[in-house]
Amino acid sequence: MPRYFSEEHEWIDVDGQTATIGITDYAQSQLGDIVFVEVPAAGTRLAKGKEAAVVESVKAASDVFAPVSGTVTEGNAALEDEPALVNTSPEGDGWFFKLTISNAGELDGLMDEAKYKTFCESL
Amino acid sequence: MRYLPLTDADRAAMLDVIGAKSIDELFAGVPREHYLTGPIEGLPRHASEMAVERHMARLAAKNLSAGEAPFFLGAGAYRHHIPASVDHLIQRGEFLTSYTPYQPEIAQGTLQMLFEFQTQVARLFGCAVANASMYDGSTACWEAIAMAGRVTKRSKVLLSSGLHPHYVSTARTMGRFNGDTVEYTEPKLTAEMDFAALADAVDGETGSVVVQYPDILGRIADMTALAEACHAAGALLVAVVTEPVALGALKSPGEMGADIVVGEGQALGVGLQFGGPYLGLFAIRDPKHVRQMPGRLCGETVDAEGKRSFVLTLSTREQHIRREKATSNICTNSGLCALAFSIHLTLLGEKGLRALAAENHRLACLAADRLAQVPGVGVLNASFFNEFTLIVPGDARQLVRDLADKGILAGVSLGRLYPDGDRRENGLIVAVTETVTEEDIEALASTLEEALA
Amino acid sequence: MNAPNAGGWKPGTPEAPTGSSGIQTVTGNRGLMLEEPLIFEIGGADTCGVDFASPLPLAGGAGGGPVDSPTPNPSREREGNRLGGLARSEPIGLSGLSEPETVRHYTRLSRQNYAIDCGIFPLGSCTMKHNPRLNEKVARLPGFADLHPLQPEATVQGALGVIDELARWLIMLTGMHGVVMSPKAGAHGELCGILSIRAALEARGDARSVILVPESAHGTNPATAAFAGYAVENIPATVEGRVDLAALKTRLGPDVAAVMITNPNTCGLFEREMKAISDAVHAAGAFVYCDGANFNAVVGRVRPGDLGVDAMHINLHKTFSTPHGGGGPGSGPVVLSKALAPFAPLPLVRQIEGGFELIEEEDGVEAAPRAFGRMAAFHGQMGMFTRALAYILSHGADGLRQVSGDAVLNANYMLRSLQDVLDAPFAASGPCMHEVLFSDEGFADGIATLDVAKALIDDGFHPMTMYFPLVVHGAMLVEPTECESKANLDQFITALRSIAGRAKAGDESLHQAPRLAPRRRLDETLAARKPVLTFEG
Repeated sequence: MPRYFSEEHEWIDVDGQTATIGITDYAQSQLGDIVFVEVPAAGTRLAKGKEAAVVESVKAASDVFAPVSGTVTEGNAALEDEPALVNTSPEGDGWFFKLTISNAGELDGLMDEAKYKTFCESL
Repeated sequence: MRYLPLTDADRAAMLDVIGAKSIDELFAGVPREHYLTGPIEGLPRHASEMAVERHMARLAAKNLSAGEAPFFLGAGAYRHHIPASVDHLIQRGEFLTSYTPYQPEIAQGTLQMLFEFQTQVARLFGCAVANASMYDGSTACWEAIAMAGRVTKRSKVLLSSGLHPHYVSTARTMGRFNGDTVEYTEPKLTAEMDFAALADAVDGETGSVVVQYPDILGRIADMTALAEACHAAGALLVAVVTEPVALGALKSPGEMGADIVVGEGQALGVGLQFGGPYLGLFAIRDPKHVRQMPGRLCGETVDAEGKRSFVLTLSTREQHIRREKATSNICTNSGLCALAFSIHLTLLGEKGLRALAAENHRLACLAADRLAQVPGVGVLNASFFNEFTLIVPGDARQLVRDLADKGILAGVSLGRLYPDGDRRENGLIVAVTETVTEEDIEALASTLEEALA
Repeated sequence: MNAPNAGGWKPGTPEAPTGSSGIQTVTGNRGLMLEEPLIFEIGGADTCGVDFASPLPLAGGAGGGPVDSPTPNPSREREGNRLGGLARSEPIGLSGLSEPETVRHYTRLSRQNYAIDCGIFPLGSCTMKHNPRLNEKVARLPGFADLHPLQPEATVQGALGVIDELARWLIMLTGMHGVVMSPKAGAHGELCGILSIRAALEARGDARSVILVPESAHGTNPATAAFAGYAVENIPATVEGRVDLAALKTRLGPDVAAVMITNPNTCGLFEREMKAISDAVHAAGAFVYCDGANFNAVVGRVRPGDLGVDAMHINLHKTFSTPHGGGGPGSGPVVLSKALAPFAPLPLVRQIEGGFELIEEEDGVEAAPRAFGRMAAFHGQMGMFTRALAYILSHGADGLRQVSGDAVLNANYMLRSLQDVLDAPFAASGPCMHEVLFSDEGFADGIATLDVAKALIDDGFHPMTMYFPLVVHGAMLVEPTECESKANLDQFITALRSIAGRAKAGDESLHQAPRLAPRRRLDETLAARKPVLTFEG
């Protein structure tokens, strides 16, 4: 299952038409302790680059953007009771939402793991 | 100048360190044409404490204060006896001159007080969570409407005709700028309230229905069925309580299904003060809405040594973090007034608040019965707590002025509250708290009788 | 026991934690630092600190009546019936205390607070000046404190006189045309000002959609603009920290309703081009809103009206000394230009022959036909008006001018006494105004502004404002106010110099601060993840 990365530090796993999206380990370490995550409801239509979710630490609230366009199929319900999952398992159990991709061509603009690693080092 | 500690020697020494020759030089960045070179003309110079006191006392003496006359005004602000210790405690410098508790390690006094206050308000209102206060009842009311709009994503608001007209006006002003549709009609002079009509009117576009309990005319009604109608339509019921002492005798709005309960806390601890500063109370029945609440919230936690502590929390809702996405632009709460309220309520406790409420109601019943004996005067209400509406012959507003000339502060006329008469000019709202004596009631009744003869 | 307090510690627990002093006490108290439980832990449903003439509750009340309950009383039953069948049947759940216990409870709580009365409170943008006790005395005169807002006008002429007198002072000090006295706080005043602008634009059929706000602005500015229905865009700043006039001019257009400027700005710098900014904004058909939070820097020396401002709120609890009270109440009157004054919301106080009148809704239609509505019930924060007026009369025009002079002097003294050990990003661009901004540049890795602030607590000071404005990394905004003596300033400077040194050297012990305060650092993550907002015992 290929994994792509955006410059806003989101990762996206693609399985056919379904994508799972979360934030990277780099992002969670920048944000500090996560206290709350607001995930989109199933059925929400998202456009690439637009706000999809909000992740809150004690002192800040940050927008998470949709790396690709699509329709949300599921938000991660586990984050409601355990927002700390984003800190402990950002690229696994701490996923934010799944969606059905509407335009696979948008994946071309994203980075692969190696490129993302280089990108982070340049920051 | 007694509040300015720097001496000329200090100033000279400091300018030396700075490397400037005068204080004016520090303002060199201000364009010369806009920099005033001396004190503004036409304004007086500084004055001694004695002179200022004299000036203010003269102004105070021009007012007829509530304690100087038999006093029966309510309509959103109530005169209760405030125990002497309340005012002494709120004047402790550590409360009076402290700031918002953003450094919790040195603000546990304020924070623990707020946690206690939040608990008291939540219990009084029959709700799960209350915030650390808002400016006053009227702004808490429109914040509740705004919150209901966020939760339901709907913009139609139904206001009960029993809602205080200043609160209506405030809600309508905000609604106008928010694009909300605010529906409201002024109250009819009947004993019945409009809850059934509101229940019929709620539909799939209604975000909130707002009722007052007891209402502006002092009437009381059960909101349980209305709450059910709201919920069936996906709307929220907002209940407004302008006299919290009433909850010492009455069921809470939370118990009857109100989703957001707001109110004016002035009656306990705060005093009349000609209209402000007052105390906005805000609570939600269901804790799942907590992240949509405006205002500050104080929560429990521990410190690095495991000691129980309190801290402002869920701050990401607020303006200093969320900026344009905040749940409200509110910054200050009404901290010192919340403290006064909390101290007064602590002194009263469960037993005391219920006794106070009983005494208010007892005296109000006495007054209503006595006033109903005045020829031409009738009591509108079938139900009331400590406030009811009289129907008098003629213009109640002029009557109030005439009685004031005779040294009686008789109540609030409906003519004062509602812009166009529309058959309401005969209405007079009379409040009776524990500060009213039986002699006061007799004085009002007999003077009223004379005036109407 | 609940999620945040899993250990279940509370005051009076015998096995108290060791604490940073290494000394264990039985009660958990430490000398004069006394722990205090919650009222719900020490009070009871039957305890009461108030006596009544007729102490008996209504028939039908639950929760256990007093032992000497009366036999059923017909008039008492009739009273119950007049409550509409809604007499309370469940206990409320309140706790009461006797008077001595109440006094002790709140006295102990108060002693865990730092306050202006204790020492310097250098919070940038808050203006924590001395709160004179004369203010408290006059506010409590029964002729002011015991007045109902809806009494007949003839019985409150002195109160209306106070509002009028204060209004005139505010207009003269700011060089503006009119004033709205009713807003309850600064943010409320901002909303009032922005809505006045919106009303003015709508009245000329020119509804616009955008408000421009500098990135350095206080959070209430964009929050207010959004609440008023506007989209918010940033105005860029120059490297010198001021509004970039050229960039602003480029952005102005028919969709911009207003700009919101703070002057002096939140970096402590005077916006020299303010008049040019205002001229450009007016030429584009928009309005200038000025956040008056920093008025203490220029009161008596500069009038915002001369700079082209259309609306400005004044924080009476900042510049004019009304007490902060642990977070409020405030008061935010808004001065208005000639163009905006007609749209001021109700109510208004107006001078008439022989006295004053209050314009409320019923006469508003004639007297103030374009008023945009009402901001809140009643007439404004009267208790703050009396306090502010007493302060203003005490200072007079000459005293107020001295206030801004000493405030700016004190801030510049701080700047020049600290700039060799703390990075002051704008130190080279000239004197600062009444507050000075430092950054965390030069701190060793792993040491943050937060650590410096917490270390100040151990030295007996409230920290400065942290992480605001956003435009500077690790911002520390210091506002001493005019009420600090040179000796107090020197003591604070000495402490901060020492701590700055430790920050640059990477002194790890800074992470342990504070060690001497009533509490160590709190677990704010836990408080946000598992909110416990009421007592659940």
